Amino acid sequence: MTDETSKKPNSGVNRRAVLAGGTALTASLFLPKQLKAAEYPTAEINTTGLAVTDDTVTIGILHSITGTMAISETGSVQAEKLAIEQINAQGGILGRKIEYIQEDGGSDWPTFAEKAKKLLVNDKVASVMGCWTSASRKAVLPVFEQYNGFLYYPTFYEGLEQSPNVIYTGQEATQQIIAGLDWVAKEKGAKSFYLLGSDYIWPRTSNKIARKHIENYLDGAKVVGEEYYPLGHTQFNSVINKIRLKKPDVIYAIVVGGSNVAFYKQLKAAGIDMTKESPLVLTISVTEDEIRGIGGENIEGAYACMKYFQSLTNDNNEAFVKSFKEMWGDDMVIGDVTQAAYLGPWLWKAAVEKAGSFDVDKVRAATPGIELTSAPEGYVKVHDNHHLWSKTRVGLAKADGQYDVVFETADLVEPDPFPEGYQ
Amino acid sequence: MFADYSMSELGAIFAMQGFAGLILFSVFVLMALGLAIIFGQMGVINMAHGEFMILGAYVTYLVSNFFAAYLPALFSAYFFLAMILAFIASGALGLFVEWAMIRHLYKRPLDTLLATWGLSLILQQLYRSIFGAREVGVSIPDWMMGSMPVTDLIEIPINGIFVMVLAVGISLAVYVMMFRSGWGKQVRAINQNRVMAGAVGINTEWTDRMTYGIGCGVAGVAGSAFTMIGSTGPTAGQLYIVDTFLVVVFGGAASLLGTIASAFSISQAQSIMEFFLSGSMAKVLTLLIIVGILMIRPQGLFAMKLRK
Repeated sequence: MTDETSKKPNSGVNRRAVLAGGTALTASLFLPKQLKAAEYPTAEINTTGLAVTDDTVTIGILHSITGTMAISETGSVQAEKLAIEQINAQGGILGRKIEYIQEDGGSDWPTFAEKAKKLLVNDKVASVMGCWTSASRKAVLPVFEQYNGFLYYPTFYEGLEQSPNVIYTGQEATQQIIAGLDWVAKEKGAKSFYLLGSDYIWPRTSNKIARKHIENYLDGAKVVGEEYYPLGHTQFNSVINKIRLKKPDVIYAIVVGGSNVAFYKQLKAAGIDMTKESPLVLTISVTEDEIRGIGGENIEGAYACMKYFQSLTNDNNEAFVKSFKEMWGDDMVIGDVTQAAYLGPWLWKAAVEKAGSFDVDKVRAATPGIELTSAPEGYVKVHDNHHLWSKTRVGLAKADGQYDVVFETADLVEPDPFPEGYQ
Repeated sequence: MFADYSMSELGAIFAMQGFAGLILFSVFVLMALGLAIIFGQMGVINMAHGEFMILGAYVTYLVSNFFAAYLPALFSAYFFLAMILAFIASGALGLFVEWAMIRHLYKRPLDTLLATWGLSLILQQLYRSIFGAREVGVSIPDWMMGSMPVTDLIEIPINGIFVMVLAVGISLAVYVMMFRSGWGKQVRAINQNRVMAGAVGINTEWTDRMTYGIGCGVAGVAGSAFTMIGSTGPTAGQLYIVDTFLVVVFGGAASLLGTIASAFSISQAQSIMEFFLSGSMAKVLTLLIIVGILMIRPQGLFAMKLRK
């Protein structure tokens, strides 16, 4: 509501800003990204009192670096810091160096909300890279909407959300699920599926979409079982016996966290050799990061479906992997979410330069249609619904903990956070 | 559900399922024995039990890395050494913790809950600082990770057998220590009447320290064994703590036999229900039944007769 009323008197300013943004973009195409801060007086590009000075702009990083989720969120923090450093090395944004304030969500959702408020209200950060679990995102959402902050959220998630204050740089559920199911049905002739997951919103929503797709769109395919286990469950022998009884072609697994390790170790110990593909294991929750905990030899032969694998061969990715390892150490691995987190600062930079302003309303208006040709995953583009167009890929897990990419969609997959017919 | 299957297939599945229940039983016994000693015999509510287990898991991780780097020829046998070192490391940490913290709290058993919970947070952060926030992958020797075909249809996981053998071995060892050794007699005497035990010349301080240390050491061995079936990370200990307390309290805190009986009944109930219902539902029903029984019998399955 307040958005609408505040926009109208500003519309003149808006147009000028867009024009300025236009010239900035052309300039940035021809001159290698050296925008002079003097060309963008602080008073003009920051009309809402954000933390922008004549030579710096401050953003927030909000992830868990302590608690259960630290395992997963560390990679995102590292990728975001790498992107910020690279942007600064190129001259920053509108001639201003990015500085960041890092806050720890502590794997605790109310803490996330509190820290988000601190970043937006006390620190006046221009944007925030952060959150990992859906629960933490849901916790900060009201804060971002109330104080008109701008959040870049990196994780693949269940969809069913589209906030004007969030850009979702990971895939929503249909992007990740449908292509993989089509592939396994077509290439492997899969007819029967056993759906398995940890018991919370992401696996349940994802399996719901998977079930609808299997039953309505795949010829003659059926779901022979669907099961959920509490987060942190460590004993999977019973379900493995059940799977043996049902003899599915595919085990569709969305197990997360510590349970993941237990599930794959016990699957292997039970004599189910995943390399024989009977049953074939297809997962959407195991990135290279998780394999480090599971052990490559325990998951060899399983397939994963997501948008990015560290082993992708293209120039962008090779450069990205190289600089990531230079910054954080040779033994680092990069998973899907880490790459998506890396896109956040770059997408924000592109949007700010297009808008010619740090004002959140102008950046938001400039965001749809932003393209990145330098993304490690390849070309991506922001959809009107604040998600990214991206390719979906299937990888085959190897004993060394990396994936071989065995399939990739021909075109970018359109994000569809509110899929009709799948709810 | 079973209409489409032949008798032999069903037989095989039920045999494997029975075995899955036994594995779960062994896992519960391993988890709970250390706590049964500490909580049952000393009355210390040890919330850091999971972290003592994870210390054992990290020791196993270090030993496996050491063998892979320096003694690759002996890698297939490293696990036995790792378990012994896990016992020593967790036990030593237990001795230190008892000396620094627990011994000041014997008269305030409820405060041990808070103190050991704080200890568990400290240990988690320590693991995180030393080993990193991510889970570490422990390489298990190949011979322990496969399955053993019994018939054409029945396959038994080898790590399951290993856990079972270990559970039986440690239970026997604890039994002998508690009921056939002088130390066990002293522990039980102190448990029944601390002042009187001191008066007849039992060194209660020393006995307490050893008891706590041995309880923690047993937790370390359990943690070492669980690297075969679960994850090793700073917070992985939290995955076990609820089940562990459940088993000990349900069994009747002071009774080791009760712990084993309760591990057996909970594991069988859970594994049978998991097979016929869904995973989450099995857990809910198991907990409901336990709550129901504890309402009728608050002292647990097996209670020691004490004059109060």
